[in-house]
Amino acid sequence: MRINGRVWKYGDDINTDVIFPGKYTFSVTDADRMVNHALEDLDERFRYEMRPGDIIVAGDNWGCGSSREQAVKCLKAIGVGAIIAKSFSRIYFRNAINVGLPVIICPQIVEYVEKGDFLEIDFVNGMIYFEEKKWAFKSLPTFLQSIIDDGGMLQYLKKVNKE
Amino acid sequence: MGKTFVEKILGKWVGRTIHAGEYVEIFPHFCMSDDNVSDVINIFKMTGAQRIAYKERIVIVFDHAVPPPTEVHASKQDRVRKFVETNNLPHFYDLNSRGGICHQVMCQEGFILPGIIIVGSDSHTCTGGALGAFAAGIGRTDAAAIWATGKTWFLVPDTIRIDLKGNFQQGVYAKDLIIRIIGDLGASGAIYKAVEFHGTNELSISERMTICNMGIEMGAKTTICKPDDKVIQYISNRAKRDDWEVIWADTDAEYSAIYSYDLSEIRPGLACPHTVDNYATVSSMVGVAIDKAYIGTCTNSRIEDLRVCAQVLEGKKIKVRTIVQPASWDVYKNAMHEGLLDIFLDAGCVVAMPGCGPCMGIHGGILASGEVCISTSNRNFAGRMGSRDSYIYLASPATVAWSAVHGEIRDPMEVIK
Repeated sequence: MRINGRVWKYGDDINTDVIFPGKYTFSVTDADRMVNHALEDLDERFRYEMRPGDIIVAGDNWGCGSSREQAVKCLKAIGVGAIIAKSFSRIYFRNAINVGLPVIICPQIVEYVEKGDFLEIDFVNGMIYFEEKKWAFKSLPTFLQSIIDDGGMLQYLKKVNKE
Repeated sequence: MGKTFVEKILGKWVGRTIHAGEYVEIFPHFCMSDDNVSDVINIFKMTGAQRIAYKERIVIVFDHAVPPPTEVHASKQDRVRKFVETNNLPHFYDLNSRGGICHQVMCQEGFILPGIIIVGSDSHTCTGGALGAFAAGIGRTDAAAIWATGKTWFLVPDTIRIDLKGNFQQGVYAKDLIIRIIGDLGASGAIYKAVEFHGTNELSISERMTICNMGIEMGAKTTICKPDDKVIQYISNRAKRDDWEVIWADTDAEYSAIYSYDLSEIRPGLACPHTVDNYATVSSMVGVAIDKAYIGTCTNSRIEDLRVCAQVLEGKKIKVRTIVQPASWDVYKNAMHEGLLDIFLDAGCVVAMPGCGPCMGIHGGILASGEVCISTSNRNFAGRMGSRDSYIYLASPATVAWSAVHGEIRDPMEVIK
């Protein structure tokens, strides 16, 4: 699987409250409405200007704080193609796999690219391409990639249980 | 190059040599859920699975809202009870004298054993590392997937090693050590890492549980103390499985960082509002007025903790409202037999039934706006115990009890000598 998109660049320790504000945790639970609050308290322009397939590039500890799954679901629903970060909070990383949003740990690329750069990601071979440069990342093993390909853990299990 | 604890234990159960940074699929030996099991059941049903893969590996403990404080909680628990009965799940700890706080119950009922894999849909599942298990918190979807398939996945974490030496001075406890460590490393200092504690043999099982319990407050995936004779003695007569084994890191394992602490240099400490890494020594905060004291939670309400509190409170009178909430009914019973409950009641404290309620502001002791609470619990985020405008100081049982006597923060080294 390959995707491409423009970079939206953010810093370290971006917490789930600015990705999806806690005040909506119990009131906004369907994906259609979640997209209206994606990165609401981090980047006011993001949800209006991003295009499906765009890629978030961030520093260390993306998704720290609460375990709320909406912080992943709102970005998947709005069409984010992947998140590349130096590191992720553990619960965010797990939630992302379970929800089916590709997450990539690749510290080397983070300082190199800027907002608006156009990246291509090859998930099968674990490569990110930008202009003439390329970076390798550790691709997910097949059993995890198939969860993402199926659209998340629940869809994956539904499929497995049907077979 | 040798291997860390997590590389060895995960490698053993995966059946091959593994290294930090790899992804592994694994079949956990026990998967625990607290009251949030009602969500796990809903997600499990959505998967379309026909049956639960390994019933005997599922443990359910009601502790967050027991007995149910609202009709909503009551109906959720009722649905869980019916599901448990219909599916004949063997390890269900309802409101019952075998029950209590889930992490305490998991240890005292023999589910946590050296060398096995424990997961739980509660972030403080890492408490189980005190007995040498790999114990990690997971999400509700993760738990439902384990119910359906029996397995889950892990990214094998890098490991931080923390070496302990020396002995605590009088009036200093494991809680003082771990909040000092969290203060030093920061709330994200161990994100996605395992933390191995070396040199814990002088510490009791209870003290190790306090330390491992709070690993998550610096972001750790799992925290582990080396299993020794004390652990083997603790689990004998309790063990729910017989395939446990003492596993520990090789002496030449590779660590992402190594820290060292001399226990004799640790002083009574506080995590000040509103983050767990906002460290201060108690001696620097003496005199801060408090409205309430809370002795409870999976961090610090075992019999050893209650004995320390009783030592401080015996013959004294408290100046602020003080709730003592034992970790389990087993602890409650022992405290009763030892006369500790008499000491608490004579001092003016109230004794609550075991559970988690006040710690996350569900029920049984909510803070009002402006109130200041000193607590033996593990989180002091704004609004955690009630109003967003209340203040929580985390401290050892001795510090909490001695502060309750004075109505202000006081140093327990004044009284425990």
